[in-house]
Amino acid sequence: EDFVVVGSDTRLSQGFSIFTRDLPKTYKLTTSTVLGACGFHGDVLTLTKVLNARLKMFEHEHHKKMTTSEIAAMLSTMLYHRRFFPYYVYNLIAGLDEEGKGVVYSFDPVGSYGSDGYRARGSAAAMLQPLLDNQIGLKNQQNVQRVSLSKEKVVNLVKDVFISAAERDIYTGDAVVVHVITKDGTTTERFPLRRD
Amino acid sequence: MALADVCGLKTNQLKNSFLSDFGGSSTHLLDDALTSTTNFTVPYGIDPVESLKEFTNPKSDVKIHFDHGTTTLAFKFQHGVIVAVDSRATAGPSIESQTVKKVIEINPYLLGTMAGGAADCAYWERVLARQCRIYELRNKERISVAAASKLLANIVYNYKGMGLSMGTMICGWDKRGPGLYYVDSDGERMSNNIYSVGSGSVYAYGVLDSGYRYDLSVEEAIDLGRRSIYHATHRDAYSGGVVNLYHMKESGWEFISQTDVFDLHYQYKAEKEKK
Repeated sequence: EDFVVVGSDTRLSQGFSIFTRDLPKTYKLTTSTVLGACGFHGDVLTLTKVLNARLKMFEHEHHKKMTTSEIAAMLSTMLYHRRFFPYYVYNLIAGLDEEGKGVVYSFDPVGSYGSDGYRARGSAAAMLQPLLDNQIGLKNQQNVQRVSLSKEKVVNLVKDVFISAAERDIYTGDAVVVHVITKDGTTTERFPLRRD
Repeated sequence: MALADVCGLKTNQLKNSFLSDFGGSSTHLLDDALTSTTNFTVPYGIDPVESLKEFTNPKSDVKIHFDHGTTTLAFKFQHGVIVAVDSRATAGPSIESQTVKKVIEINPYLLGTMAGGAADCAYWERVLARQCRIYELRNKERISVAAASKLLANIVYNYKGMGLSMGTMICGWDKRGPGLYYVDSDGERMSNNIYSVGSGSVYAYGVLDSGYRYDLSVEEAIDLGRRSIYHATHRDAYSGGVVNLYHMKESGWEFISQTDVFDLHYQYKAEKEKK
């Protein structure tokens, strides 16, 4: 595949209260990389701030933009340096690698990371990951041909996944922001979700 | 810093006053891999061992689940060292990934395995890779397995008690032949012919011990390693995914195979039925 899709809901809540309905959890880092970060929002904001600063520093020093795998490696060490006072953030980096193929890196709070084809993170992750395993990884399906998925199919799948999450997870809802990253840049779309 | 010394600026005093005023210097956030390779950000005034217990105590509200759990094994035999690992990462009760690389390629003739905390193993073995390279440049010869494992053990001993969780096997081939050392975050460092580390190690030991001989052939050794991991993944909930197998030879390590335990299950079942 030569594209990556990453989406997040836009609800920010604490306990049973909703703080805002308009806070996407995805952040554009470069034209070909998007960070998705969920968990404790205070740490998310700080991490994003520091990450953007480090990206700028890299550009100033090396006169080129950081590639997705470089950002992933840097984020890993940044997270590990807070090993004894962790960032309570579950990260996802989605972007195009040097060859233009889509890649997704997922992180644990202290920096362990690996590349997967697809990943769900957040309060409803346990519900959504198996759905992605089945639809994108084609797990537990017998005699299925591997067909490469088109952009429209993937975006629809992401929409369906969030609709399912909003049905059964109280912390998910309000709206979904979906980024599609291709070599021509990143397009962003917004879809409404259940507001209850 | 050199400039500060030339100006006669006493930076020690400055640092102390910052710390007491704000509870942390203003560049704390950027004090990471770029600028300080030996300092970790720690909450000021709080003992890291105590504060980290909050994150690992099952009864606590703020428990963070780190990726954990595994089966890894390695054994020496006449043709080198076989290293076999599973590929499952769990965070609490949830399987985070079935495709984790638990063998870390430190350099073309040294391998390290990952068991315990994934981030801890990955990070410190990367630091070890850097130290090994520095040794090579300074001494114009490859580092021995004993020295490499000692480097790692000493680094990790500094953090003893702070909650690092790492059980790794350093495998290589040096002047003394095949080398296999077990190093863990409690400060243990031991050498032997067979090791298995992780939550599934008990199952792997059973199969490994019953089939092991020093004079195995390469194919028999590879099969033994694969079978031991399979049996561990079958009975241990925290192990699974695929079996990654490496063979450490005199010329360096070679990646042998990656087999899904799902396929191995039916393969071994068919073999049993044939008998």
